[in-house]
Amino acid sequence: MSHDPDHDHQGLDHEDHDHPPGQRHPFQPDLEDGPYTWHMALTDAIEQLLLAKGILRPEQIRRTLEDIDSKSPALGARLVARAWVDPAFKARLLADVNAAAAELGIDAGPIPIRAVECRPGEHHVVVCTLCSCYPRLLLGAAPDWYKARAYRSRVVREPRAVLAEFGLELGPEVAVVVHDSTAELRFMVLPERPAGTEGWDEERLAALVTRDCLIGVARPTVPSA
Amino acid sequence: MRRHHDMGGLPAGPVERTEHEHAPWEKKVDAILRLLVAEKVMTLDELRRGIEELGPGAYDELSYFERWIRSIANILLEKGVITVHELATAIEAARARRAAAEACPKTVPAP
Repeated sequence: MSHDPDHDHQGLDHEDHDHPPGQRHPFQPDLEDGPYTWHMALTDAIEQLLLAKGILRPEQIRRTLEDIDSKSPALGARLVARAWVDPAFKARLLADVNAAAAELGIDAGPIPIRAVECRPGEHHVVVCTLCSCYPRLLLGAAPDWYKARAYRSRVVREPRAVLAEFGLELGPEVAVVVHDSTAELRFMVLPERPAGTEGWDEERLAALVTRDCLIGVARPTVPSA
Repeated sequence: MRRHHDMGGLPAGPVERTEHEHAPWEKKVDAILRLLVAEKVMTLDELRRGIEELGPGAYDELSYFERWIRSIANILLEKGVITVHELATAIEAARARRAAAEACPKTVPAP
């Protein structure tokens, strides 16, 4: 069990050190995370300096951490599911993802995102070769491999081989289009609606759309009954 | 000439598909960066330039958020938002706080 930051210090002495009366620990170490590295200390040091200088406020940091945790690929999946059932929405999504997301109450941020549509014979996949640009307001945090050398280097030169490593084998009849993201323009993939989903509602459809489908390294599949 | 971060099209090994949940300190780096951008203290382009300036060795040896916090530190120093002395002192203070916290009993009896 980890150290409980909310425990009562009145009745339980901390033997070798004191806290000011009524104060909790100023800081909650995640002791199970392993050693306190130099970069962790650097992070805490910068946070403390920015707070001390009044450049940032503690509640801003807390709110931002909550916001980071609230983003997930479920947001992108909702856009895809709506596009599958509503052709007019799909047209608006392809024209302007950020505006279409706002229709569903989803904040896609100020940086433009473009949806690229998979069709029969045409598959799309997204990368950022120069760094790690990613539509995180619609997809949450990028996976480690998206930010790593192998994917960034290879997917633009041998996308079929890379997709095959993800288990997505595309025949020669399927063209593969690779989109290289930048700080000014990011991409999300609008996958093809799988067969066998006729009559499904949006919620059920959205559950088929994984993060990897939105990056383009997977296709939505209907679980076999 | 191609710089080290410009890796599109170069040969590389298989895609390593293991993933990790971001640790609390990594999320904190992310939050600090977002807020510094929102408060117009620095820009995303400056973050990226700072990462690229770490050089090829650091770029490949450090983890993703280690590169970020180093870049953030360097940009803040460069802009004069913080000084080297303040940073060194704050790092020592952070280590001391951690050491004190780790000296606490890890569990306490239920009240």
